[in-house]
Amino acid sequence: MPEEFKLPETEEGTVLFNIDPIIIKDHYEIDYIHSYAQDSPFFAGLSKGKLLGSRCTGCGYRYATPRCHCMQCGKKTEWFELPLEGTVHTYTTCYFGGEAFIKETPFTLVLVEFPGVDTFLLSRLIGVKPEEVKIGMQVKARFLRLSKFRATDVYFVSAEETCRK
Amino acid sequence: MRPVYMISGGITKFKKAHPDKDFRFMVKEAFDYAMTGLPLLKADMIDGSVGSYFSDHFTRQLKAASMVQDYLGLCPRPSKRVEGGGATGGLCFQAAWESIASGRMKVCLAFGFETMSRVSTWKGNEFIAHASDTNFDYPVGGFYTGYYAMMVRRHMHEFGTTVEQMAMVSIKNHKNAVYNPYAQSPMELTIEDVRRSLMVATPLTMLDICQMSDGAAVAILASEEVAGRVCHRPVKITGVGCGTDSMRMADRPRGKVILLPHEREEDYKELEYPGVHSFRGGRMAAKLAYEMAGIRNPIEELDFIELHDAYTSSEIQTYEDLGLCRYGEGGRFVEEGTPFMPGIDYGLKLPKQGTIPVNPSGGLLAFGHPVGATGLMQAVMAFWQLQGTIEKHLGNDKLQVKGARRGLIHSHAGTGTYITASILEAV
Ligand SMILES: [Zn+2]
Repeated sequence: MPEEFKLPETEEGTVLFNIDPIIIKDHYEIDYIHSYAQDSPFFAGLSKGKLLGSRCTGCGYRYATPRCHCMQCGKKTEWFELPLEGTVHTYTTCYFGGEAFIKETPFTLVLVEFPGVDTFLLSRLIGVKPEEVKIGMQVKARFLRLSKFRATDVYFVSAEETCRK
Repeated sequence: MRPVYMISGGITKFKKAHPDKDFRFMVKEAFDYAMTGLPLLKADMIDGSVGSYFSDHFTRQLKAASMVQDYLGLCPRPSKRVEGGGATGGLCFQAAWESIASGRMKVCLAFGFETMSRVSTWKGNEFIAHASDTNFDYPVGGFYTGYYAMMVRRHMHEFGTTVEQMAMVSIKNHKNAVYNPYAQSPMELTIEDVRRSLMVATPLTMLDICQMSDGAAVAILASEEVAGRVCHRPVKITGVGCGTDSMRMADRPRGKVILLPHEREEDYKELEYPGVHSFRGGRMAAKLAYEMAGIRNPIEELDFIELHDAYTSSEIQTYEDLGLCRYGEGGRFVEEGTPFMPGIDYGLKLPKQGTIPVNPSGGLLAFGHPVGATGLMQAVMAFWQLQGTIEKHLGNDKLQVKGARRGLIHSHAGTGTYITASILEAV
């Protein structure tokens, strides 16, 4: 008898939304091998309760969000410790977000301005009601005890509230 | 540089989803519309193309523009894909312009599309948020509406811009779309409707924000010789400009305003620029386009504008970048009615209604924003405006800017990272 070739059948089906036209669910996911490369010291800093910015060795420009080379003059920057207190430059409370963040809504985003530093840092503000956030509000950094080596290892709380207490 | 003309264009309807046609078929539909309108142009006269789509995440089909190229029957002629976030369409239009201006091609097809319905709205927002720094910005709560909300919060702080002024942009663009059968979201709204819709990121509500869309658009550009031969009313592209800014909004410097010819340094003594309230890249794009087109006072020398209103707030910010009013005056500019179409009842008191219509098409807010198609849709709308053929293409002339001689289209990416401005003129 001649040999018969046949693919084995499986019982995994396809999620079908519609048949005219045919619309199916098509799953896709991936884990990246991500290096923070030259920005690594910033994330190491967060794990030690430090905020590290970049200071240009050429023109002295100071960056609150680090970069290894200055965008003003192209020279290399060096690390410096940012103060742990700053002010709110601008803010918003998000009631929706990208799918990855929907479960965390509502959350408040702030751009933090530090004295004597030329650029800002994007972070979250915790413990302040949306209607109570103000531009110019004093805020201070807090750090996760169990670092995840993510930008969210640092977050901010009101420094004004604490002062009053 | 050789003079460059737009000789035809086509658009599909912009919709929440087009499941019955994939991206190739959508572009083909827009392409056939453009070709049908220009019977003297034969497909074999097209020397090559530039394709435009923003996101490989949305398509999950790399080199999707190659598939359009073969679907349209343009192989083995030259082609390339251009990608630059929200400005992809504007960059594509300018890349096609370069092909003609350089003499490399006599006829170049610019095509663009996006199929955003392939994921849920919130997954789509996650994809789009990957167009922010994935080390420092995305993980903190990557959400473009959040970024624009922070920008406008600062704009309100600096200049006194109000949420009611923003709502007026929404009213204008959604109402314009009522007369545009290609548009996704025609609506008649009041300020209360806009403010009472779902809060997305304070102060921006659902009606301050454009939606996810599927759609395609094409623009055909040609040399003077071909334009004169095949098109009885070509439109000349007299200026192109492009500008950029840092990827991270947090990195925006605070220096001096880039001045346009009609502005003076004293106008902005106290202003730290661009900060996060203004788009330096947009001002640069406008300045370069105006210089090339010889425009010295844009509000007097332009008849209409199609600009990138992904948010009501960014339309207000962009009035200022384009020099239609001074920095800080964008809120009052809309409140007075300056950018509204004449002859349409918006249910608002608008003393300066019809001065310079902005987004007569409905803009991104109401026409829709299938990213790679959007900048080309603007080109097509501007082309029809300058030809005086809006009625022919839309079935009514409510959105025709009467006697339009010169228009500007503006395409914008990220938090202002790539921005293009192009000037089109009737000849
Ligand atoms: Zn430097």
